[in-house]
Amino acid sequence: MSTQDQEIADQMIETIAKWVDKEVIPHASELEHADEFPQAMFDQMCEFGLFGATIPEEYGGLGLDVTTYARIVEELSRGWMSLSGILNTHKIAATMIGRYGTDEQREKFLPKMVDGSYRAAFSLSEPDSGSDAGALRCKAVQDGDEWIINGTKMWVTNGVRAHLVMLLARTPDDRVTCFVVEKEPGDSFEGISTSKKIHKLGYKGLETVEMSYVDHRVPDANMLGGAEGMGRGLRYALSALELGRINIASRAVGVGQAAFDAAMKYAQERETFGKPIFEHQAIQFKLAEMATKLQAARLMTYDAAARFDRGERIDLEAGMAKLFASEACFEICTDALRIHGGNGYTQEYDVERYFRDSPLMIIGEGTSEVQKMVIARKLHERHAIT
Amino acid sequence: MKVVVCVKQIPDPADPGALDPESKTLKRDTKLILDESDSYGVEMALQLVDTAGEGSVHLVSMAPNNEVGGLRTALAMGAESATLVSDDALKGTDALGTAKVLAAAIARSEPDLVLAATESSDGYTGTVPEMVAELMGLPSVTFAKSIAIEGGTAKVQRQTEAGYDDVECPLPALVSVTAGVVEPRYPSFKGIMAAKSKPVDEVTCGDLGIDAGSVGWAGGGQEIVSIADAPAREAGEVIEDEGDAHERIVSFLEELKVL
Ligand SMILES: Cc1cc2nc3c(=O)[nH]c(=O)nc-3n(C[C@H](O)[C@H](O)[C@H](O)COP(=O)(O)OP(=O)(O)OC[C@H]3O[C@@H](n4cnc5c(N)ncnc54)[C@H](O)[C@@H]3O)c2cc1C
Ligand SMILES: Cc1cc2nc3c(=O)[nH]c(=O)nc-3n(C[C@H](O)[C@H](O)[C@H](O)COP(=O)(O)OP(=O)(O)OC[C@H]3O[C@@H](n4cnc5c(N)ncnc54)[C@H](O)[C@@H]3O)c2cc1C
Repeated sequence: MSTQDQEIADQMIETIAKWVDKEVIPHASELEHADEFPQAMFDQMCEFGLFGATIPEEYGGLGLDVTTYARIVEELSRGWMSLSGILNTHKIAATMIGRYGTDEQREKFLPKMVDGSYRAAFSLSEPDSGSDAGALRCKAVQDGDEWIINGTKMWVTNGVRAHLVMLLARTPDDRVTCFVVEKEPGDSFEGISTSKKIHKLGYKGLETVEMSYVDHRVPDANMLGGAEGMGRGLRYALSALELGRINIASRAVGVGQAAFDAAMKYAQERETFGKPIFEHQAIQFKLAEMATKLQAARLMTYDAAARFDRGERIDLEAGMAKLFASEACFEICTDALRIHGGNGYTQEYDVERYFRDSPLMIIGEGTSEVQKMVIARKLHERHAIT
Repeated sequence: MKVVVCVKQIPDPADPGALDPESKTLKRDTKLILDESDSYGVEMALQLVDTAGEGSVHLVSMAPNNEVGGLRTALAMGAESATLVSDDALKGTDALGTAKVLAAAIARSEPDLVLAATESSDGYTGTVPEMVAELMGLPSVTFAKSIAIEGGTAKVQRQTEAGYDDVECPLPALVSVTAGVVEPRYPSFKGIMAAKSKPVDEVTCGDLGIDAGSVGWAGGGQEIVSIADAPAREAGEVIEDEGDAHERIVSFLEELKVL
């Protein structure tokens, strides 16, 4: 944007919030239980322009700042976390191409990625490499002006519907390189096949799959960053994931808000021992703690986003926000479920969905343990005594 | 084809409004939003222009304090430009005064079609559109559920209690649109960004050649004598079934003359 235009940003958030209240919340749990792709919601997200939200205006995107994008993710997640998942891998891919792609790569891919008709997945994890991303084994070997890919990738969110996969593979230099793999949506394309659909605790409605590559050929031109990108894939991915931490934190704030709202309402409706349970101090204290954690999580998230928008480093702050917000969200959702008593354990109330969705924020894009490792490393960098 | 849509900007119904004991009217000092009733007219106008393949949608609003919040929403949906009439002299303007102001503002764009809602969400006298039509000398069709333009004619399905009437009238005309007949689009983010730079022509009574004495409190043909809070809803009667509940319900309904 025109990024600093607060009024425009507020109007965008109001528009999304209204849509979430009217079109998402009433249908989310039903679709989630059926593990059904939310086509109508997806179509409206395309109409809003969300897929191009962070893509620069020169490529036809909206060029929104990180703070506005974080608020969008928060609102979407307040309705249904999976909606932010449909966007998230796309946004990681667009960030990587925008930052590290060659001019040709930017011009080739970014304009196609703005309207949701051409979607992207991000594929770093493998069956035996998650937190230890550098241990990945998927192989790329050169053959003339092509690369031949062999290996198995795990946890590929949006993998089936994607037209493009940001694939991290080991090149003969024994380092990790990123390839922009073009494919057609569907279960298989040339040497790529979906070897397993993963059945998840929550985060349903969008696919997360295992994908196998057998002698799949990718042109040289699709090595991210061109020849210079050789061996730099992990660095590119981790840098995009650093920004991604703000998104995960925003997601946690959104889900946490939904859980808190549900609990606050229920506590005033449900009566035991002759009064609304909200009047029991044990419940009041729970809600007070939930609201406090939520507030802290939101402020940390907005602060990290604002720092990024001001051009400051966020290597420490984004990790802290992700760590705190995801753990806070998990606790808030657990307490919201408790406040709902037996009803919380049924599909009649949305809290069971929040409860099942919340652990993902603790695991995805770097577990809490990994965040702490990163935070400690950065602390040492900033405060080392020489 | 040029379509003008009347757009009322109202206090957010989600924020309970308050009455100003002095002026005895609704406080309008907060941010105003697009009256949902008018979002249907805006949507219909955008669809008509889309179907026609040419033309534009222009908005006209009268509101205090140069308020443009609601207009921006309609501009973000896709309208091209707006006229806002805002003038301290309009304080206290009644429905007829509003119609005079709107008629003068609308006339400036020489539209082929003028759309308004059947009634607003806050004032809901449901009288302004027809008065505007009369003042402008335009034919007026009310309660439209759909509009099609063919040549110089508007073909309107006019909602009735039993179904709808097919009504035709020559253009230019004023048509009031029933709430809920189309699905108003959500503004796209591109639309929201573009709305910021779309032209909003802010005019006063003087610009429209309206004598300040004919509007506002001075020109009002009505006076608000007193205001009082609406009575709180009383608790309903609970009928416990002791074998005769059905009879008591029937006699209750008879009392209400429902049966
Ligand atoms: C629903 C879902 C969607 C996903 N989508 C994607 C996707 O689109 N693309 C993608 O690339 N990946 C995706 N992932 C993968 C995700 O990023 C990994 O699951 C995550 O990074 C953790 O890796 P892991 O599962 O291999 O766990 P492991 O690395 O095996 O970790 C197991 C446990 O050990 C802990 N641990 C590991 N190392 C240490 C250490 N050094 N010190 C202390 N504790 C340690 C971890 O914190 C964790 O508690 C997705 C995962 C899920 C569940
Ligand atoms: C006592 C009193 C004080 C008032 N004070 C002020 C004031 O200080 N400032 C001020 O601006 N107005 C003021 N008004 C005007 C008022 O807000 C209404 O515009 C007017 O009375 C129309 O009444 P309604 O809402 O019942 O219209 P209805 O007849 O129910 O409206 C039908 C449709 O006409 C159109 N329409 C109506 N009003 C407007 C409008 N204002 N702009 C654009 N389209 C419109 C809309 O499409 C609307 O849905 C005052 C009215 C009264 C009675």
